[in-house]
Amino acid sequence: MRYLLVEDNLELAEAVVGRLALDGHAVDHAASLADAEDCLSAAQYDLILLDVMLPDGDGRDFLARSRSHLETPVIVLTARSQVSDRVGALDQGADDYITKPFDFSELEARCRAVLRRRGGEARNEIHLGDAVFDPLSGTLKHGSESIDLRNREIRLLEVFARHKGQILSKSQLMDRLFSYDAEVTENAIEVYVGRLRRRIDGMGVSIETVRGLGYRMETGDA
Amino acid sequence: MTSTGSIGRRLTLLLAGVAALLSVLSWWMVTGLARQAAERTQDNVLAASVTTIAETLRSEQGEVRLELPYSAFSMLGAISEDRVFYRVAKGATVLTGYEDLPVPTASLPSGGRVVFDTGQYSGEEIRMATVSRLVLSGTEPVPVTVTVAQTRGGIASISADLSQQAAYLAIAFFLVAVSLSAFAARTSLKPLNEIAAAVSRRGPSDLRPLRRSAPTELAPLMMSLNRLMERLGQSIRSAEDFIAEAAHRIRTPLATVRAQAEIALRSAEDDEQKQRLRQMIRAIDESSRSAGQLLDHATVIYRTDDLVRTPVLLSDLVGKTVAGLEPTAAMKDIRLSVEMVRAKVEVDPVLMDNALRNVLDNAIKYSPSETTVTIAASEQGGEVRIAIKDQGDGLGDGPTEMLTQRFQRGTNTQGIVGSGLGLTIAKDVLVAHGGRLELESLQGGKGTCATLVLPSS
Repeated sequence: MRYLLVEDNLELAEAVVGRLALDGHAVDHAASLADAEDCLSAAQYDLILLDVMLPDGDGRDFLARSRSHLETPVIVLTARSQVSDRVGALDQGADDYITKPFDFSELEARCRAVLRRRGGEARNEIHLGDAVFDPLSGTLKHGSESIDLRNREIRLLEVFARHKGQILSKSQLMDRLFSYDAEVTENAIEVYVGRLRRRIDGMGVSIETVRGLGYRMETGDA
Repeated sequence: MTSTGSIGRRLTLLLAGVAALLSVLSWWMVTGLARQAAERTQDNVLAASVTTIAETLRSEQGEVRLELPYSAFSMLGAISEDRVFYRVAKGATVLTGYEDLPVPTASLPSGGRVVFDTGQYSGEEIRMATVSRLVLSGTEPVPVTVTVAQTRGGIASISADLSQQAAYLAIAFFLVAVSLSAFAARTSLKPLNEIAAAVSRRGPSDLRPLRRSAPTELAPLMMSLNRLMERLGQSIRSAEDFIAEAAHRIRTPLATVRAQAEIALRSAEDDEQKQRLRQMIRAIDESSRSAGQLLDHATVIYRTDDLVRTPVLLSDLVGKTVAGLEPTAAMKDIRLSVEMVRAKVEVDPVLMDNALRNVLDNAIKYSPSETTVTIAASEQGGEVRIAIKDQGDGLGDGPTEMLTQRFQRGTNTQGIVGSGLGLTIAKDVLVAHGGRLELESLQGGKGTCATLVLPSS
């Protein structure tokens, strides 16, 4: 996916760009509202991440101004007190908001929810064996059959799909699936992998156990 | 606030004091004048009487003769019942009348001028008029003095009568003056009371300057009041700005650290290193959550002092908050199930959203993956109840009242990030709206039910 990040704090912007890149997203960074306007006139984005306090104005004013001609969904990044900010941001046309510092899996979940609500096009479809997987809507199509996956299954399948043929350790998978505040054992990963295996059974794609190392996704065409 | 007594009462008392003084003074003056008038009348009659007698004096063969005309005494009888005495003397020899009448001994002017004097006779106060005439006695003219005296009992009773009437008048005047004073005090204090009423009629957040016409004496008070309200408004705005700025300063660097830690975690090879990074991220989450909720709590405290109530549909209120937390729940594959009733509540939507979010966020946080959190609204007995049930481990063993106290957390929250402020915020918001927060573990220790209770509008 292609993101536009509008954030004036350069260190934070760099970290966010770096972190989103790890999940395979392309991110353009604008440090001010003026920069953001330039970026928007030059390229198409799937989603805008908009900071509230910017050197050349309030992000929410920008939102109110550009909402009429801006098609791209916007998630507002706020560092203020939630009590006063939240309602204001949503009223002025943001699709959602997230409070700094944010959990990237929460950001991902919010992006997914916003894009699904907006009815985004399935331009991120991934072919897996005989099936087509749309990580955005979380559907897995196999012939005429369409399966709705649960959130964690979507995330797990997405990780495997983006790293076809690579060995992924349980600990790597754990960080993708669970938030850091919960104590999770590696057994939980086995449960989810087992469940995902049943979901993709007979679709020409499989998740192999690599003893002592982790799991690997194999597709017939790989 | 110390009260120094009512201005109205002070004004009334002062005016009444002045009225009393004036009443006494006027009574005293009327009494004095009445007495003077009575005395003058007596003097005039005495003078006429004495002159009449003196006119009858004549010299007859070297002897002084006189006739006491009846009219001279009857005119005295006309003014009162008082006793009358008289004395006619040639030099030191008393010709007729009461010899021991204490006539003035000093030399009297001749030529018919009447001299008055006051004295005591037979135990009573008397007023005397004396006139002296030269009458031939033998060949020598000798001075003959005629004195007529009258007791003053009648005059005293007339003055007492007049004085009593004057006293009645004075009392009547005093009573009228007191009621007029009270009326005047009330009338002149009316603008002050009107301003006070205008100020107290205002909503707590109405800090606009007072714009009403007032007497010039009240202009300084109005000006200070308006200046105070302006300063109050400024300090509220700066508190808001401060909270926003503080949150910004704390959260932005935390966001950077958290993102970098996630990047480091992805590239870390070593399990021990990964574990350390996970702990680091948890610590960041914990501090950012605490910072956030401390600031939220501060905002809630000052906003509850200044509650702005708007009528909202319960379904809109709950719907918005639930939609906001849907992605958070989805991350753990938790289903949010909403059962609504058609009800309206009058609340501060921002505060209520915060309260609801804190409770719902708790429910999601303490729920195991792939469970359901139910948000069920109902209305009964003038109350709107929003019950949020989870399928977690319940509230633990501690007393449930503890959980809504600041920085108190349940006994079974190990391993879950929390600040201990969420329920405090929720409770404070509900109490400010005249509601309450009810917490209970569900039967069998499976799950918790937190109910937000609000008075329905």
